[in-house]
Amino acid sequence: MTRRRSALRPHPLSTAGRVAIIVLALIFALGPVLYGFVLSLRPYTSIVQAPLDLIPTWDELDFSGYTTAMLDPAQGGFGLGRFVINSLLVAACTVVLSIIVSILGAYAAARLRYRGRGFVNGTILGVYLFPGIVLSVPLFVLLAKAGLTGSLIGLFLVYVATTVPVAIYMLRNYFQALPESVEEAAIMDGASLPQMLRSVVLPIALPGVVATAIYVFMIAWNEYFYALLFLVQDRELWTAPLGISQLTDFNVPVTVLLAGSLAVTAPVVVLFFVAQRYLVEGLTAGAEK
Amino acid sequence: MTTGVLRQLWGRPRSRSQRDNRNGLLLTAPTFLVIVLASILPLVMVVIFAFSEIRLVDIPRLGTEPIDWSLHNFQRALGNPAFWRALGTTLLYASLTMIGSVGLGLVLALALRRPFRGRGLVRALLLVPYVLPVIAAVTIWQTILNPQYGVINAFGREVLGWEQSIGFLNTTTTEVWGIPIPLSLLVVVAFEIWTSAPLSFLFITARLQGVPPSIEEAAALDGANGLQITGRIVLPQLKGVILLLCLLRFIWTFQSFSEIYLLTEGAGGTQVMALKVYTELVTRADIGSAAAYGLLMSVVLISLLAVYVILSRRKVDLE
Repeated sequence: MTRRRSALRPHPLSTAGRVAIIVLALIFALGPVLYGFVLSLRPYTSIVQAPLDLIPTWDELDFSGYTTAMLDPAQGGFGLGRFVINSLLVAACTVVLSIIVSILGAYAAARLRYRGRGFVNGTILGVYLFPGIVLSVPLFVLLAKAGLTGSLIGLFLVYVATTVPVAIYMLRNYFQALPESVEEAAIMDGASLPQMLRSVVLPIALPGVVATAIYVFMIAWNEYFYALLFLVQDRELWTAPLGISQLTDFNVPVTVLLAGSLAVTAPVVVLFFVAQRYLVEGLTAGAEK
Repeated sequence: MTTGVLRQLWGRPRSRSQRDNRNGLLLTAPTFLVIVLASILPLVMVVIFAFSEIRLVDIPRLGTEPIDWSLHNFQRALGNPAFWRALGTTLLYASLTMIGSVGLGLVLALALRRPFRGRGLVRALLLVPYVLPVIAAVTIWQTILNPQYGVINAFGREVLGWEQSIGFLNTTTTEVWGIPIPLSLLVVVAFEIWTSAPLSFLFITARLQGVPPSIEEAAALDGANGLQITGRIVLPQLKGVILLLCLLRFIWTFQSFSEIYLLTEGAGGTQVMALKVYTELVTRADIGSAAAYGLLMSVVLISLLAVYVILSRRKVDLE
């Protein structure tokens, strides 16, 4: 006598389909990245001669793409190291200011029932959804008028402005998940609001704040459009994405471009996976209702 | 002295609502400042620019001379076939990306719903295309699609016997079995889906975790099969998040610039509206015209959103 399949157990065909989907998805998601990595380790000439030999042989393994990309032009490289420092500087400053502003705004949005709250929250959402490319025209004019378009400071100001709405959205989700009673107890005990924020809210919400900071860092680190708009004339000030894209026009061997791209990718991928759990929580909190 | 003022400002007021009112405004002030300076002021400016004759060279004199009002920018944009082509391309690009990105995210989320060993790792790895900086993703795709040494063209030539390489990034239309298809636009759409589907996957997965298994178990015991359960029980519960994702993805893709600019620079029939705004501003040095293009773009987007909101309201009423 054959045992009836449990109603709750999936059909073998559907399991097979599911496995196929997962395997295909992994190949499509990771294949291109692995391909880029493998090519970055081969000399340019061998790629052109044998584009289908994906796995580099032991003796053609070549890490010079990475050093060539990073070194200064004076040392025979393409100066990506300098662009990375520019990017780091702008991204780090953006994180600091954007997170300070957003912590205050997000706490008010999460907890305080003040007059004008709906208006402020609505405006933040509207700004977040409004086509950013449209605002780029007047922002460019404003910053050009202020003499800031040819500087990293102009870029920093724009990045703060573009990251505050999303940082507030994420932080608000984290703050709303905190137990309100602790905050009330602190206020009862005579703590002022800044004291309470610093010594009660921030320590509990720290993982969320760090995750948001990482997300803001990633946005600033990856940003390309405003860097192109503001800094394309001034090679000294190029950020990493702008630098790599500009090098494409300079007939730089593809191995160096790939090496540079992957070197720029590594920090954000590592940061993302370190904070993955909290990041995913903060980003998707709206979806779970 | 300063601490005295601060203490007075932050001290304990009488009631909770008074306290909240004052603290709320104080805490929101920096955010509001950022929004006024970086969004509301620019929004007013973009409207003024769109209705005036102003070019990049006029920036130093800005604010010292009276505004030269005109409708010229709009007349030129609306009378230009390139504008309508760009609008059509943008709508097609955003719609296809929206369908592909959300659809793929849904399939992945459903496929990964049942727990198995290593699921956490698989989920994390699927997010890689989303986390990758756009410049890295573009460099890799350009290499894969390169006519000379790219793996796809090399494979086509050496294994499939293609007579010549395919210019994936600069071919406006190509015929496949007699049907013309916009090749480069589809490549750009595929790229955008590749980088954005993981986010849809993430959101749908989060929502799936809130779907109670009890109804499905009951349905399964009553003899419903997997497809029926997914179609009649799971999908209706995901409707909200799917519609939200479609909306967000459409808005984001409608204005995306970097991906297309980096991949094709607008070649091969991929001139979208965002690229037009950029070209008007930088290449043609015409602030007024760039502002008009941007404003028209927003008008189209906002009208589409309005239609969406009205339609979804009406549906709710009927139900």
